[in-house]
Amino acid sequence: MSHGVRVRDIVDALECEVAAGIGHLDNEVSFGYSSDLLSDVMAGAGPGDVWVTVQVHQNIVAVGSLTGVSAIVVAGGAKPAPETVLKADEEGIPLLTTTKPSFEVIGLLYLMGIRGRVRE
Amino acid sequence: MRLEYHVTGRDFQAAGEAAAKIKRTLRQIGIDAETARRVGIVAYEAEMNIVIHAYCGIVGIDILPQRVNIYADDEGPGISDIALAMQVGYSTAPEDIREMGFGAGLGLPNMKRYSDELEVTSQVGSGTSIRAVINLPAKEEG
Repeated sequence: MSHGVRVRDIVDALECEVAAGIGHLDNEVSFGYSSDLLSDVMAGAGPGDVWVTVQVHQNIVAVGSLTGVSAIVVAGGAKPAPETVLKADEEGIPLLTTTKPSFEVIGLLYLMGIRGRVRE
Repeated sequence: MRLEYHVTGRDFQAAGEAAAKIKRTLRQIGIDAETARRVGIVAYEAEMNIVIHAYCGIVGIDILPQRVNIYADDEGPGISDIALAMQVGYSTAPEDIREMGFGAGLGLPNMKRYSDELEVTSQVGSGTSIRAVINLPAKEEG
């Protein structure tokens, strides 16, 4: 975790929109995780991760909150539901949106030095 | 100390809130982050199982000096083959729910993986009960 990346660095690098959680862009990022299956994220993501998904309904905030991720990136131009945005603001989780597909997002995050969380 | 929450089937609006409250409360009373995370995951999967499959139910925890007991009881269709339901990837969730990223067949395996003891009992046509135990880490002598 020596890359020292914060969520605002990701916003800059991906040129993405901040849909929620604007007050938490100084969150430090530990690892990255990508999945659209929520139970897989529950099992695999960890504290401080940046989570890349195309799911947009509000349960992604519950999953993000329970796993303790530092930010959720909604990739591929998917638009978070209004309740998702509200919830993310309530929970203080940055919700970033980009038209870049997941593969591009993950590639850019990797170039920033962020690596995947490897399960024990 | 006991926390208990009512869960309504198909209520995806509130889904995950019971688990979030449980995890938050554990942190507030000084339970370590890793234990709170494990309890949160097990409670979340139990809660989501009720939302996805049952009509209604409860999810709760008992916080004891050496462990946290998690329980979930629902009124629902029950599980006819529990061994099969424990297998990674097996799910009876309908397609619309899978599209939301639920019903990947990981719920019960996740519960097993993150708990120290897990017991699933079910009566078809009546409901399902889950009992999980997560041991607290031994306190260091100070």
